[in-house]
Amino acid sequence: MNCSAPQSEAPKHSAEHYPKVYLYRRIVQAKLFIDRNYADKIDLNNISDEAYFSKFHFIRLFKTIYGKTPHQYLTAVRIAKSQELLKAGHPVTEVCFAVGFDSLTSFSALFKRVVGVSPSVYLSDRQMLKFRIQRTPKAFIPSCYLHQHGWLENSNFEEVNPS
Amino acid sequence: MITKMNITNIYVINQDSAYDFYVNKLGFKLVDDIPMGPGTRWLTVSPPEQPDLQLVLFPITVSKMFPKETAETMIDLIKKGTFGCGVLQCNDIYATYEELKAKGVEFLKPPTKEFYATEALFRDDSGNYFSLQPKEG
Repeated sequence: MNCSAPQSEAPKHSAEHYPKVYLYRRIVQAKLFIDRNYADKIDLNNISDEAYFSKFHFIRLFKTIYGKTPHQYLTAVRIAKSQELLKAGHPVTEVCFAVGFDSLTSFSALFKRVVGVSPSVYLSDRQMLKFRIQRTPKAFIPSCYLHQHGWLENSNFEEVNPS
Repeated sequence: MITKMNITNIYVINQDSAYDFYVNKLGFKLVDDIPMGPGTRWLTVSPPEQPDLQLVLFPITVSKMFPKETAETMIDLIKKGTFGCGVLQCNDIYATYEELKAKGVEFLKPPTKEFYATEALFRDDSGNYFSLQPKEG
């Protein structure tokens, strides 16, 4: 494993000297802006303005770093967040608007393309799984961990009495 | 024939804080969060592009396996970083470093050219060390 202990002497190539640090910081700020504001209407022109780039330069740099254009990245964040909300049991229509889509049809189609099933099927599958986990939680945990935690001995998960 | 590792441990001091660190800061995906009685839960996360590896955020609590004295020793060792470390991979180490730093992650070493790779070193909220390296290493 390539893993060295922290060095006491100052590194020769510290982060402050890597090439174009200001470019990295602006692109990272734009990515974090999307992470924070995905639920709102985001105009990608505003982001590139904020990052002080021309739109095309900004998109190219963003894609080099994250492997996706800002628009593709925004869509991916919205779909990922919608999965989290559906897992938590929120209804499909509510989730669609909560993550920044304004059409249920386009949300459902995109979700199905990315995730493989429609949002309503995803929601009901997760609810079913949640129900089974609540009923028999130990069935979902490898027994080495049940043993280590002392969960095997306690069928009703009450605390182990100190003996 | 064994083919893969699917689940492994990261010992943590506090599961709520570890959840915040791994999910909200590192961007790992939550897999399981199953309540298992007072004060403890089965909490696992996966690296964003590695859904078949689950990391158990394993809290050290007083139990049959960890009597009080053992638990205290374990917690002390976790804080010192004894159970580190692992290597985490990213696409662009400078961008990842800037993002994690902006989110308040404590770095022990900024991206630095070593003979094997450009590497940065950080700690999680419990004290575990991780090396961060770019894919092309």
